[in-house]
Amino acid sequence: MNSLLEVQSLSKRFGGFTALDSVSIDIRKGERFGLIGPNGSGKTTLINCVSGALANDGGRILFDGEEISRLPAYQRTRRGIARSFQIPRPFASMSVLENLVVPLEYVVHRGSLHTADTRGEAMEILRGMGLADKADTPSNQLSQVELRKLELARAMAARPRLLISDEAMAGLSSNEVSEVLEILFRLNGTGITIIMIEHIMQAVMKFSQRVICLDAGRIICEGAPQDIVRNADVQKAYLGA
Amino acid sequence: MMRFLISALVVLALFAATPLVVHNEYYFFAGYVVLQFVVLATAWNILGGYAGYVNFGSGAFFAVGAYTAVALYKAYALPLGLQILAGAAASGLLGFGVGLLTLRLRGIFFSIATIAVAIVLETVVVNWTYVGGAKGLPTLRPAQAPFFESYTVWLFFVMAVLAVAAVGAARTIETSWIGRGLRAIRDNEGAAECSGVPTLKLKLAAAALSGGLMGAAGAPYAQYLSFIEPTSTFSLNYAVNALAMPIIGGMGHWIGPVIGAVLLGTVQQVVTVTISSEVNVLVVGVLLVVFVVAAPEGILGLFRRFFPRKP
Repeated sequence: MNSLLEVQSLSKRFGGFTALDSVSIDIRKGERFGLIGPNGSGKTTLINCVSGALANDGGRILFDGEEISRLPAYQRTRRGIARSFQIPRPFASMSVLENLVVPLEYVVHRGSLHTADTRGEAMEILRGMGLADKADTPSNQLSQVELRKLELARAMAARPRLLISDEAMAGLSSNEVSEVLEILFRLNGTGITIIMIEHIMQAVMKFSQRVICLDAGRIICEGAPQDIVRNADVQKAYLGA
Repeated sequence: MMRFLISALVVLALFAATPLVVHNEYYFFAGYVVLQFVVLATAWNILGGYAGYVNFGSGAFFAVGAYTAVALYKAYALPLGLQILAGAAASGLLGFGVGLLTLRLRGIFFSIATIAVAIVLETVVVNWTYVGGAKGLPTLRPAQAPFFESYTVWLFFVMAVLAVAAVGAARTIETSWIGRGLRAIRDNEGAAECSGVPTLKLKLAAAALSGGLMGAAGAPYAQYLSFIEPTSTFSLNYAVNALAMPIIGGMGHWIGPVIGAVLLGTVQQVVTVTISSEVNVLVVGVLLVVFVVAAPEGILGLFRRFFPRKP
């Protein structure tokens, strides 16, 4: 009973298209977990089902032993699942700091707002992300790497137990990739379980303790990073036969 | 907060004192309309400006308030205060109901539904003979006005109280966690939900409050005109003004709709009297187009551009 997230034969169909076909995953507390697969393999659909953006058609999702498949997304965030978005979705009318105040108010300090120093806490998180000097900048004026960090910072402000990082590094330079990677390692060091979805192989392979490869909505391979890259099915999925 | 409360009381005291200086009753008759638009524009902005859900049917919410008040007045001779409360409750319920049906979906479904509701309800009222149906219903004002000499001045003051209350409510929401949640919804609903914001609940609350305030603005309408009939009560004019005023004033801040309503409302009153009531509609249309094209952030946005806040 050491698993934090259990996905049990999860299915999701869009009309006649099966995006997820009976996917089962078991993620342990504190684990660094990699999710890879070619474009359209169902990675984002899977985490949309886990985070509550999409309702699954079949199967169950258990978080810390509790069935969460029917809960709305905000309830799942309040239980401890936070995510970043593949294409950054900042609250554009707000400053960087205020972006973090939203989850602090709605998740962490719900019901005790008058005593909470949400701005101070938000500032603390920004410092950890190297965004402190941007705190008062309108969030629509950030660079690409800053937006990625803001996505992670806002997810962290919900004080999650499980952080899902959806392609937080796509389009970044190799220096920036190591910067984000370092942040994720540090967060994991504080006890947060992390699911990383990534196309940048060096990053996933370096980061993950265990990797699953999806193709066409099915798990085709599961194992340690070095085994995954050698797996014939994975190579076929990525490179073609 | 304290400062705002005191300012609000001062504003109300000034409104209460106006009859000592202004003796021409027409100014109160015209001022009532401007204040009524302050309520409507502020109410619209709570859902449309903060959360980004556009209501095209403000006229219907206004009219539900007005006709609820008339029906109760005719049936039980309820006093004005209770008419307003009942009108607000009915329109608030309408906002909640329309929201429940459409706010589960993102985007324009709510807006389309508000248009439909306006058409359906107008048809219902046209055929409801108890409140006069299509030919309208004259309403007798109480012979005596409380506190003031004339009933028009009393209604003017009541509307001033409603305006201050509406602005106070909007400001409280805007500066609180609720306002931040609504803005998060407008900016990105998916991200808001994933940040723990209960988006549906918040949208429903905003729709109910916005509708309720519009109903409150409509409730004294029959007393004001001593008459009520569907075409002018459901007028598209209310819907257009309720959204034009916040857009022209500026939607991000509670003062925006107030500026828009005072400015546009006054211009319309002046134009109606000096030129014609047809030109008055034209003025709104032209100003709306000019602002949407040239200054989408409204007068507040222009002001901020020319007088940027010092860091």
